[in-house]
Amino acid sequence: MNEEILISGRMNPHIDPTLGIWGWEIPLYLFLGGLAAGILFFAALYSLLGKEKELPTAVRKATFLVPVILMVGLGALFLDLKNKLYFWQLYTTIRIESPMSWGAWILMLITPLSMAWCLSYWRDLIPNWTWQVKYLEWIEEFVQKYRKAFAWTMIISSVILGIYTGILLSAFNARPLWNTSILGPLFLVSGLSTGAATIMWLSKEKLERSLFSKIDLLLIGIEVFFIIHLFMGFMASNAAQIEAAQLFLGGAYTLPFWGGVVLLGLVVPAILEVMELRGKHIPVAFPAILILVGGLVFRFIMVEAGQISQYLY
Amino acid sequence: MSKSRRDFIKISALGFGGLVLANPILNTMIGQVQAGEPMDASQFKRVPTYCEVCFWKCAGWVHTDEKGELWKIEGNEDDPHCKGRFCPRGTGGIGMYNDEDRLKSPLMRVEIDGKQTFKEVSWDKAFRFIADKMNQISEEHGPESMALFKHGSGGAHFGKLFKAFGSRNITAPSYAQCRGPREVGFHATFGANINSPEPVDLENTKCLVLIGNHIGENMHNSHVQEMSKAIDKGLKIITVDPRLSTAASKSKHWLPIKPATDIALLLAWMHVLITEKLYDKAYIDQYAYGFEDLEAHVADKTPEWAEKITTIKADVIRETAREMAFNAPATLIHPGRHVTWYGDDTQRLRAMAILNALLGSWGRKGGFYFPETAKVPSFPHPAFPSVSWTWKDYLDGKYALAGSSIANVFVDATHPDNTTDKKIKGWFVVGTNLISTIPDTKRTLEAIDNLDLFVVVDTMPMEITGYADIILPECTYLERYDDIRVSPNREPNIAVRMPAAKPKYLTKPSDWIVRKLADKLKLSSYFNYKSYSEVLDWQLKQMGHSLAEMQEKGVIKFERKHENLYLEEGEEYEFGTPTGMIELYSTDLEMEGFDPLPNYTPHPEPPAGYFRLNYGRAPMHTFGRTANNPNLNELMSENKLWVNPKIAMAAGIVNDQEIWLENQDGIKSEFPIKVRVTERIGMDNVYMVHGFGKSNKKLQRSNGRGISDSQLVTNVMVDPVMGGTGMRGNFVKFIIDKPEREEIS
Amino acid sequence: MRYAMLIDTKKCVGCSDCVVACQNENRVPIGYCRDWVIEHAKGTFPNVSIELRSERCNHCENSPCVRCCPTGASHYEEGGLVMVDRGACIGCGACVQSCPYNARYSHPDGFVDKCSFCNHRLEEGKNPSCVSVCPTSCMYFGDIDDEQSQLSQLLKNRTWKVLAPEVGTKPQIYYLT
Repeated sequence: MNEEILISGRMNPHIDPTLGIWGWEIPLYLFLGGLAAGILFFAALYSLLGKEKELPTAVRKATFLVPVILMVGLGALFLDLKNKLYFWQLYTTIRIESPMSWGAWILMLITPLSMAWCLSYWRDLIPNWTWQVKYLEWIEEFVQKYRKAFAWTMIISSVILGIYTGILLSAFNARPLWNTSILGPLFLVSGLSTGAATIMWLSKEKLERSLFSKIDLLLIGIEVFFIIHLFMGFMASNAAQIEAAQLFLGGAYTLPFWGGVVLLGLVVPAILEVMELRGKHIPVAFPAILILVGGLVFRFIMVEAGQISQYLY
Repeated sequence: MSKSRRDFIKISALGFGGLVLANPILNTMIGQVQAGEPMDASQFKRVPTYCEVCFWKCAGWVHTDEKGELWKIEGNEDDPHCKGRFCPRGTGGIGMYNDEDRLKSPLMRVEIDGKQTFKEVSWDKAFRFIADKMNQISEEHGPESMALFKHGSGGAHFGKLFKAFGSRNITAPSYAQCRGPREVGFHATFGANINSPEPVDLENTKCLVLIGNHIGENMHNSHVQEMSKAIDKGLKIITVDPRLSTAASKSKHWLPIKPATDIALLLAWMHVLITEKLYDKAYIDQYAYGFEDLEAHVADKTPEWAEKITTIKADVIRETAREMAFNAPATLIHPGRHVTWYGDDTQRLRAMAILNALLGSWGRKGGFYFPETAKVPSFPHPAFPSVSWTWKDYLDGKYALAGSSIANVFVDATHPDNTTDKKIKGWFVVGTNLISTIPDTKRTLEAIDNLDLFVVVDTMPMEITGYADIILPECTYLERYDDIRVSPNREPNIAVRMPAAKPKYLTKPSDWIVRKLADKLKLSSYFNYKSYSEVLDWQLKQMGHSLAEMQEKGVIKFERKHENLYLEEGEEYEFGTPTGMIELYSTDLEMEGFDPLPNYTPHPEPPAGYFRLNYGRAPMHTFGRTANNPNLNELMSENKLWVNPKIAMAAGIVNDQEIWLENQDGIKSEFPIKVRVTERIGMDNVYMVHGFGKSNKKLQRSNGRGISDSQLVTNVMVDPVMGGTGMRGNFVKFIIDKPEREEIS
Repeated sequence: MRYAMLIDTKKCVGCSDCVVACQNENRVPIGYCRDWVIEHAKGTFPNVSIELRSERCNHCENSPCVRCCPTGASHYEEGGLVMVDRGACIGCGACVQSCPYNARYSHPDGFVDKCSFCNHRLEEGKNPSCVSVCPTSCMYFGDIDDEQSQLSQLLKNRTWKVLAPEVGTKPQIYYLT
């Protein structure tokens, strides 16, 4: 028998008996970040491809959600901080090695960017709108004038944002479950997938819906590939990572992950989308909601299980 | 259940805490805990003290911060008890001061609407009540009918009061419930007591033999330190213990003995030393009496004989005996401390003393040194009145070898079944929780119910306070002066205790309580001073020092005046025994009708389905006194039941599962205990740390956490030699489901 | 100069004095601690062995907590001490996640706290309080770059290990085994 126990009664809140310093705030923040990145990515992409007319939801309508999503995400991050009054300290320095730092900065960049983007399409929403404040009108004109440059900035920063949501975790190599470089691309793809699902859900155009349905299928395929790769990597690694993988292979997270995330969040919506593409009438909200909920649950599980996984005792 | 005169009062008393909850000190204290890094160091002060958390009484410094709040306690570098390092309990002593569950005001038992409860009263009222009752007892039965149970420094003040009042019936459970058999066994052999701290020369020991002694789990400070130093120098440890104790884990040889068979092992060791001529022949020839008797006595006690009894392999017995002999005389069979196990404990300790003698370790480097104690003059007072009887007269010749009073005998003299004319009618219990220190609680409670007066003095609402007529809240050692510490050591030394903070709440130091009570008893002539600092200063000045000097130094060491630390080669030496020699064959024991040479007698074994209940200590707690200390409770808030994995599997219990225990007499544990499944224990016994499972709800942090081993110790095997209470013959079984129990009203 | 700590598991009795001393010295609130003790039992009765280890922040040479900190609150100081600037800490928890030793905790006042090797005592030429108090003297503190230090000598002459070396943090607490 191998027995390794704490005998000095350590009971630091949120550290013992298992680490839980991050609650619901960070996974929500990661999910919303990924979702925003996904929506902005497609908006910028199809704007650059000149499909603004054919794909109005992707380029215009869906982006109106992004500032709200980002605000809520930032709000969640803020709530996570234990020393809230010192929040501003994040913006006194740029620390290249700290994902938390450049996450904060990329959000600082992408949030106004997304707002400006929305601003430029504001009259889609309320056609006869007149700006009360002069410089907002100026921004509107500015974006319309330099849309290409804007789109390029947005596509790059959205990819960074999407990858960041995964790297934030994988930078912590103290947690065996997170100690893998696949998390970055995996979270990016997952974010793009939730973005695509949202566009699909919002879209009224048949063409647009089927395009995003196909994109989603592709992304789901890549995601499943990454997930398999992730676990193969763990199983070929050290004892701590094998133990971490065991949380999902027979351990406490087996059912929520394979049932909740993979089956309900990826496989079932994929089947539904295939069925729809083959002409079956499936309400589009079904697969979209499944993908969104799956993406959210995925992040909750990864954050929670990652904190439980340990190198020591 | 018939209504007791003294119902145990569990729930919060009337107005309990009312006077003090609004205490601003409490609030600032909470604030202090949250404060950041230590600040302006120039404002910090230090006050000398000696620790009162356990009996080791290490001298140290209490540091206060810029606000005058207690900050930390550190050891005094000059103190031989601690060498500048306090143990966890001493370091955590600050928690005794901060514990918000402390007794805060004098409390008196009253009956309201047929229900007994405690009511806060003024000190004056409490004193008047106690003095009236004491005088009444004195008139009806004589002053000798007042008895004092004490532990620690506070008790010393009450001892003086009792002597002035006319009673010498003063006792401490630390003798008959703890180290008594050791004193008698070693005194019978070497003519000297062991006392405290034990004069073992551990730092020079090369081979240390521990028999059920857990250095490291007991934090007998200087011993732990010296053992560690000796480990650095290559110390070989031989540990005899059914459990892999911490010391066992550091040992070259761990002998997981079958419990209750130690004497067989000790006799076999003697057999090997004598038959293989490994003993110290010159030493034995010069100093020992009765070697031939011993030789004949152990002739048939072969290792093979012992193997059948102890389960320790014969060749291991031989190998360990040779290891001891190889390192002799720097081989120490440590006498241990809590040695009241099976009722033949004096004989076991005798066997250990004899083994030490064979190895020549008494009075030798690495064995036992000759300690010396500083002489401190007593503060002048009128002669104490003579008494017409003491506990010795009550015993009428029984336990004649006991060198100190026997606490359980005081219970007997109080119990309604005492038919002699020497009856005890009033108790003072100072700083000792008799409920968990004296076994057979039922009998103790029957005795308590037969009292006319029952006063408890304590800092905490321990279980015993629930039965008192009057509870007097003593302040902690950090808030008072006490007697100068004098204790035997390599160098004679003294240490002082001075208050580092004002007494919190309405608590008072024992010397104040005693003086005020003496006023009411018209005994103030015995206490002719205004503050105890006067007494200390007077004593110190007699010795050529002063209290002011001690405030700076804390500890003063003196030159030795008498014999050397060790015996010189071939030195003439007279031992304090009747023959003046080391008595391998004890003439004292023979005269009293006991075995002059130790014999192994088999002890009952656990019936099927039961396990022997062993108990011990954790380094972060002492007795039951620290379980509620906020600092120490945090380290260990409950005890767990150690169970071998095979036993656990068979019983279907798992780690951290809560179970109840029932002993051979059908007594069930009051609370559940969590299981620790561990390979560190064998299959015939279970183990827990003593001092948990507090039943008093006023102890908020420790109430109901873990269980009390004392409750399960109902089979008490009394040592016929000195009246010690053997407590290791109790057997328990597991109860998985919560047992139903009658509600005790 | 690089500060390091060395703990002799052959002498440690697991008394946890280091924990209490630290708590008082550094005013760590009740319910929290900067150091702790682990017991590791191996084998089958009666062939059992135990190792006792007092653990705390490893003041790693390659500290993930310093790397992960978004504000620079976690930083290196002279002698390789890893310290937290309470005024710059936003309490995001990144450093807590980054530490394989779980050595950091979130202080009730908002900032993240951990062992400082008692740097306020080092400035006075004293050892950290845990080292000073240890009844078994099983803890050693010193400059690992100084070959003459007792610590360096012990590392040279005894077998030792560090915790979770595979994480690559280069911890500076060494355990004699």
